Amino acid sequence: MASSVRLLARMHARRARRERERPSPAHRWDPGRELRAERRARELMRTVVSPEEYEMYVEFGFIRILRPAPDLQGAAYGYLIYPHRPIVAYDAETGELLSEYCVRFLDGSEPALGERLPAADDVLAKWMALHGDERALITDANMHLPGRQLAPAHVRRDLRRLEAWEARP
Amino acid sequence: MKLLRLKPGHGDVLLAEGDPEVAEDEERLIEEFRRQLDRGMWAAVPSPEQGGRREATMVRDFSEVPRDAARVIFFPPAAGG
Repeated sequence: MASSVRLLARMHARRARRERERPSPAHRWDPGRELRAERRARELMRTVVSPEEYEMYVEFGFIRILRPAPDLQGAAYGYLIYPHRPIVAYDAETGELLSEYCVRFLDGSEPALGERLPAADDVLAKWMALHGDERALITDANMHLPGRQLAPAHVRRDLRRLEAWEARP
Repeated sequence: MKLLRLKPGHGDVLLAEGDPEVAEDEERLIEEFRRQLDRGMWAAVPSPEQGGRREATMVRDFSEVPRDAARVIFFPPAAGG
């Protein structure tokens, strides 16, 4: 019974998300324009984030930020920043997923171009906001338990891939 | 100093450029800065690399922007998704 309620809630959440993400009638999809915008966004990202973070984005499509423990000995927790998906917080020591922070940066100033930033710009906006004012961003976000929008197995796999990538010679 | 804005379908767009040490340029930069904040945009100043790490600072007034900052990046405000 509980599982069917959860299933129903997940279906409703998915439908609501699709509705929110559906382009407005005025928005004309242009793959060439979107590709050019993404290339430009990546170029800006390359000049703002660290070389390792940029490589991470190119390789995996997300960036990981680590936050220090209060005693500054190692990292306490980390964030995985996905484009147009929630920011996932996890325990940097155990890898346990802690929460999803659902946050969007929508710009409706030119309806014909849609409201969503290019993927790399969306990641960059989250990166800047987390570095600049982590508390404000997290306060503005809707916090959920892991698994609300991103499958935990998928996130854990990303963490494993990232670990292997970082351990490369 | 360049003022850039992240925009859908574009990537970054150059809003204004100038030397804040030149009065005329500074006035133009401040005017554009205020215009973007009035539109609800957030503003961040990326900092130069230090020991392999890079950071960014959120600013709410032009006076908070370091005089030697190369760029201020505006982007839409965050909203719960």
